[in-house]
Amino acid sequence: MHPAPSIIIFTTLSGAGFGMLAWLALGAVPVGGMPALLFWGMGYALAIGGLVASTFHLGNPQRALLAFTQWRTSWLSREAWASAMTLVILAPVALAAILGIRVPVVIGVIGALMCIATVVTTGMIYAQMKTVPRWNTWMTPVQFVLFSLTGGAILSLQLSDAVVLCVLLATALVAVYAMGDARVREVFPSTQSAIGSGRNVETRALFAPHSGPNYVMKEMIHVVGRKHSRRLRVLSVLLAAIIPALLMLFAPGQDILPIVAVLHLTGALAARWLFFAEAEHVVGLYYGAGPGTTRN
Amino acid sequence: MTALPPRTDRKLGLVIDLDTCVGCHACVTACKGWNDQAYGAPLSDMNAYGSDPCGTFLNRVHSYELTPPDGPPQVVNLPRSCLHCDDAPCVTVCPTGASYKRAEDGIVLVNEDACIGCGLCAWACPYGAREMDAAAGVMKKCTLCVDRIYNEALPEEDRIPACVRTCPTGARHFGDLGDPDSAVSRLVAERGGVELMPEQGTRPVNRYLPPRKKGPAPVVQPLQRDEEPTGVAAWLDRILGVF
Repeated sequence: MHPAPSIIIFTTLSGAGFGMLAWLALGAVPVGGMPALLFWGMGYALAIGGLVASTFHLGNPQRALLAFTQWRTSWLSREAWASAMTLVILAPVALAAILGIRVPVVIGVIGALMCIATVVTTGMIYAQMKTVPRWNTWMTPVQFVLFSLTGGAILSLQLSDAVVLCVLLATALVAVYAMGDARVREVFPSTQSAIGSGRNVETRALFAPHSGPNYVMKEMIHVVGRKHSRRLRVLSVLLAAIIPALLMLFAPGQDILPIVAVLHLTGALAARWLFFAEAEHVVGLYYGAGPGTTRN
Repeated sequence: MTALPPRTDRKLGLVIDLDTCVGCHACVTACKGWNDQAYGAPLSDMNAYGSDPCGTFLNRVHSYELTPPDGPPQVVNLPRSCLHCDDAPCVTVCPTGASYKRAEDGIVLVNEDACIGCGLCAWACPYGAREMDAAAGVMKKCTLCVDRIYNEALPEEDRIPACVRTCPTGARHFGDLGDPDSAVSRLVAERGGVELMPEQGTRPVNRYLPPRKKGPAPVVQPLQRDEEPTGVAAWLDRILGVF
């Protein structure tokens, strides 16, 4: 898959933003004054900035509000509702924290759960795609939530929680890569099935319907990243989880956290880029580009 | 509404005969021609006369080499367009309600006035049937020529999709696949029509008729010598054989 860069930036930044808001809603930083304003401001900026970035790839962004209408069937519509409701529910919590007023803990807990629910809806947009077997597993929302909570913990200075989450994230990423490969091997359709030629009929794409590229090829048969996938997988696990965990364990103190945050977000962006670049869409079969194809 | 109708009164669709299709792309041209000037935003071309042209089409014809275990290899041309699936995943993923399936005839359409151009429906389609128009920023797809098939301003023989009307070999058939007695349904039953990628669970309406079984390939030995040479040739053969 070849998504707009705005989608990679959106899912990574708003994920970290909602994770940060979840930790803040649970009382991660002391209430009152400038620090509270800065932390809540950053959480909101990341979450909203990501949402705004997500409209950049739309063909007709002026109609974006219509995306709130189909929550009964569409995960994208549910994401719109979940994110908007979360930001509204957390607004009084944020205001109280900045003004140094205590609000009932239960509102914060509801807000934190809504943050996680929002990230789950983002993950489900991809996990629902039967056409991309690598995404079509419950591990997709798990991966998104772990990235969100880990990034959020680092950004809201939750050292010990962040270390634990980094370990979980590293484990999850290794599992995601292994399960994704297995799923592609097991359920990816054959070219025979795609064109209905029958199981034991050897089938080979002879020539394409058009001499230039088209929307389908540009959007869904993007294989540039696959060549480097092994290296990027290792890099994403190291940068997003293992190196941040080691730094927080062996160089404790909050001074190290800006570096840890930059490393983690770089790793998260690499992982998210790979998430799209590695994703093989079944439509590739029509163009002779099945799984494992590394060149168009 | 992007909820799928529980059932449709009819299942209008295409039956495409892979035995008869010669891969001439006339259906592609007819489709582009009709849909350039009628329903919704025209199908645009980008850089049409430049070095890297790219355009929106609702129908694409692929070519494959098929080698059955007991026969010679053959070329099969496969026109690929929207299959108007019963369980259309492109419809349910749409966040705005622009994508919908009609309860009366099963046609899957896009309300372009509500389309935000997010592209999610194209991701959800296993068949690559949807293409985003680069000029209009809205999703385009086969309408089954909804503006022809019910159009009483057209002569009756033209009230079929443009691709079917134009096909010079009669490889494309249009009709109600929900009615077991319709001509298309009988054709599918007779010829063993197949669904594409049934494991994707989309329950497509369109069917493809597989190429008819051919006999074994004729054995041709290109330099086969049928008879012994005579005359000068025999003399040459003898002389050259000495060296």
